[in-house]
This record gives sequence, structure tokens and C-alpha cells, in this order.
Amino acid sequence: MQSAVNLWPLLGVAVIVAGFLLRVHPVLVVVAACGVTGFAAAMPVEAILASLGAAFVKTRNLPLILLLPLAAIGLLERFGLRERAQAAIAKVKSATAGRLLIVYLFARETSAAAGLTSLGGHPTMVRPLVAPMAEAATEAQYGSLPESLRHRIRAMAAATDNVGLFFGEDIFVAFGAIVLMQTILQAEGIAVNPLHMALCGIPTAITAFVIHAWNLTRLDARIRRELEKR
Amino acid sequence: MITLEHFYLLVGLLFVAVAGMNLVDRSNPRRFSTALFWGLYALLYLAGERLPPALVGVLMLLMALVAGFKGVAAGKAKVRPDEERRASSEQLGNRLFIPALLLPLVTMLGATLFKDMHVGELPLLDPKHLTLVSLGVAALVALGAACWLTRSTPLQGVREARRLVDAMSWAVVLPHMLAVLGLLFTEAGVGKAVAHVTTSYIGMDSRFVAVAVFCIGMALFTIVMGNGFAAFPVMAGGVGIPVLVGSYGANPAVMAAIGMFSAYCGTLMTPMAANFNIVPAALLDLPDKNAVIRAQIPTALPLLVANIFLLYFLMN
Repeated sequence: MQSAVNLWPLLGVAVIVAGFLLRVHPVLVVVAACGVTGFAAAMPVEAILASLGAAFVKTRNLPLILLLPLAAIGLLERFGLRERAQAAIAKVKSATAGRLLIVYLFARETSAAAGLTSLGGHPTMVRPLVAPMAEAATEAQYGSLPESLRHRIRAMAAATDNVGLFFGEDIFVAFGAIVLMQTILQAEGIAVNPLHMALCGIPTAITAFVIHAWNLTRLDARIRRELEKR
Repeated sequence: MITLEHFYLLVGLLFVAVAGMNLVDRSNPRRFSTALFWGLYALLYLAGERLPPALVGVLMLLMALVAGFKGVAAGKAKVRPDEERRASSEQLGNRLFIPALLLPLVTMLGATLFKDMHVGELPLLDPKHLTLVSLGVAALVALGAACWLTRSTPLQGVREARRLVDAMSWAVVLPHMLAVLGLLFTEAGVGKAVAHVTTSYIGMDSRFVAVAVFCIGMALFTIVMGNGFAAFPVMAGGVGIPVLVGSYGANPAVMAAIGMFSAYCGTLMTPMAANFNIVPAALLDLPDKNAVIRAQIPTALPLLVANIFLLYFLMN
């Protein structure tokens, strides 16, 4: 019997992979993948455009998390919020970038696990507070920072927010992922208790904390290595 | 009732301002195409649901072409001189933290305490989009507090927002366009095709191989789709339920929980999850757009391996 699955839409995936490997502008890659996927699924041009348009209108909520806080954060930056955050952390003598981020990782992961996912975030916490504090803790210890190291510290601050959020929120019972998993299993005739599913995530959540915290201590080690030999 | 529509309107107006300010800014080398880009985005926020979907599709393509051929630029950022900023930071002191912390605090209160508050018959906050609407209210409260504290106007807030939007440039719309692609993938049946390929070409007669295929498949599929929620139904339906639960008697709750976490390992490694990985790089002024992904790989890969072993040993 011939397979009823149409494999042609996989071309869209191939376009994405090729585009990112060839470093084509990401927006163009995405649009090209949309076109190829649509044609491969034998959709007429108008139907593709209508699908794209409907999806674009439907997903307008996605950028709001980024956009809404910008005015308040930008205004506070103009009046010295980042400088203030840096002055506050420079007073703590034992603070290092790695230790500070481990504390943030713990706070982010446990608060997300309690359902408080909005306590962190890149526009609201990382850019105005966490990243400047991590940079300032290093500067208080060693003086000025080379740009490459400054960028590494910032990237680790953003990474720490992501790791804390992802592996914390999934052990919160009312989180969307748990609901999604329950719905899908139910459709296959498997009944699962959401609380049980949330508890099953705890070993991974702890492992994630340990691995990332270890990477943060490696960040401190790298900072020490690079700056002490100067 | 405060709904998402109100904030679409607000964001639309913000983009009108960004477009207008760029249009008259002679320090922006591409001020016309930049204004066109943000103007189109403003239009889609202000009137998106009233335009025919095919037209929205065309406008989205136009935006992508403007961005893709480097039409989106920024004016010379008017950042306050360092000394002035430092002086104001000294003068305002720790009070500067108050509006910043109001953002998460009010969002949290909105999503918990005010969840059930009603004005007449209607709930105060739209229950379907509670967190986002709470965040929107929090952003306005924080802006108000920041204006009061610094004695500036909301207009100055809009100028600062424009500075940040300009700095992020087209990265602002990338997550949005990727979400569109994700929906199109679903419509075209990409998920089914991937599941078909993995299940028909990989032998899963060993328990360990089956667990590894499930976890790595989750991560790989998420790397391609940029979203664990898209990967989960495919891999759970293709391998998790029939093979792990069906043949090897795995506990479905463990299979699901660790499967989803394996997908998240993929999220940490993909530019497709732009709002987590690419936008922060732009937001933090990092020259390497993949810097956040590079920082996450040493966490994601060992964690994926750990997941395989956790699932292998915990599933029965």
C-alpha cells in the first residue's frame, strides 16, 4: 500500500536549514520557507497568502511581551537605572558574575515553578538589571572589561533567564505545556494526573539547575583566567 | 473589560510614532524605507483583523522584503551623556528601582489577585489572555510611576521606546514571522511527514535506542520548528505513545514530562526560537546574533543526555 503521507512539505524545513547555514537574512529565510512549504502542500498562491495573513493577525499577541515594557524601561534607563543597579552590586564584595547569575537562576527557576513566570524576562529584568549587575560585579573586582568578555557575560545573563524559565515553569501544574500534554494523551485514551506529570519533571529541573550553575562557575573561572594574567 | 485589543491599539500607535520619528529623522540613512516598515507593522496592529487575510499576507511579504534587503535602519541614537545619567542616578537613588519592579509585581498581582475582579457583569481583565493583559496594565503603571519619579512626559517614554525598537530593528518581527511559519507548517502537514520519516527509517527494537530516538527527536524537531509545543504532539504520537508506552510499558506521565523537557533542550539551541534566543542578543547589543545560543549549548547538550538516562531509568 502506498503511504498517504505527503513528504514534500519537508522541503520547507530544508529551506530553513540551508538558509541559516548559508547565513541568508533570517527574515528572508522564513518567508522563503513559507512559500516553499505552501507550494509543496499544493496550495494555490492566494490560499498561501491568506493563510500567512490570518496567521500573522492571530499571532500579534506574541511580540507584546517584548514591546509593552519598552517605554517604562527606556525612560528609567535615561535616568540612570542601569548605573544604579551597578552601584548597588559593586558594594557587595563577594559578588562575582557567576555567583550573581546562580542566585538569579535559582530565583527564576523556583518562582517559575510556583507559576510566577512574569517575575523575570529579557526586557523587564535582564537588560535593565541582571546583565548590568553581572558586568558591574566583574568590574568591581578587576577594573575595566574587554568587550568580548562583556558580551559573554551578557549572553550568559540572557541564557540564565531562559534556562530558569524553561525548566521551572514546566513543573507548575497550571502551565500550558502540562495542559497540552494532558490533552494529547487524553486523545490517545491515556488518562494522566497533571500533578503527577508536574512532579515527574522535578529530576530534570534539578539536573538543569546543577548543569547550568556549573557552567556559571566556569564563566567565573574564565573571567579570572583572562583578567588576572593582565 | 480591558482586553488584548486595547494593547494592540497601543502598540499600533507606538509603531506609528516609531515610523513618524524615523521619517523626519535625517540622521537615519534609510529613513523612508524604515518608516515604511514600521508603518506597515503599525497598520497590521491597528487594522489587522479588518483587512482581508490575503492582503495582510502581501503586506507581511512586503515587510519581509524591506527588512531582508537592509531597508530598516536607525537614526543616530540620542542617548543622554554618561555624566548626566550618573548624576541623575545619584540623585534619584534606589527609588529608580520602584517603577522597574512594579512591572513584574503588577503583572503578578493582575494574574492572581485581580483575576476574579468584576466591573458590573464583565471581568476587569480579559480572562482568556490574563497574563498579557496584566503585563500591559503593569507596563502603563510602571510608565506612569517612571514619569512621576523623573518628572518627564509619556512622550519622552515613547522616544525612549523608539530608541530601543530602532536598536533591535527587524529582530522585533522575527519571532512573529516564525510563529506564522509554525502555523503554516502545521497546516501543510510537516509534523506528520517528520514523524513518518523517523518512525519508518529508524529501528527501535532496543529499549535504549527507542528512548534516545524519542528524546533526541524531540530536541531536533524543536530546533527545526522553534517550539516545543509543535514537537510534542508529533513525537509523542509517533514514538512516545506507540513505542515507549505501548511496547515498553513506560509510565505516560514520565514519558510526557521528560519528553517536553527534551524539547526545551532543543529550544535553547535554535535561532528559530527567536524571542528567547535572537531578540535578547539584539536587546543586549551583542554583535553576534547567536551569542545567546552559544552560551546555552553547554547546558542544553549535557541536559539532553541526562534526560535520556532519566527517562530510561524512571519510565517503569
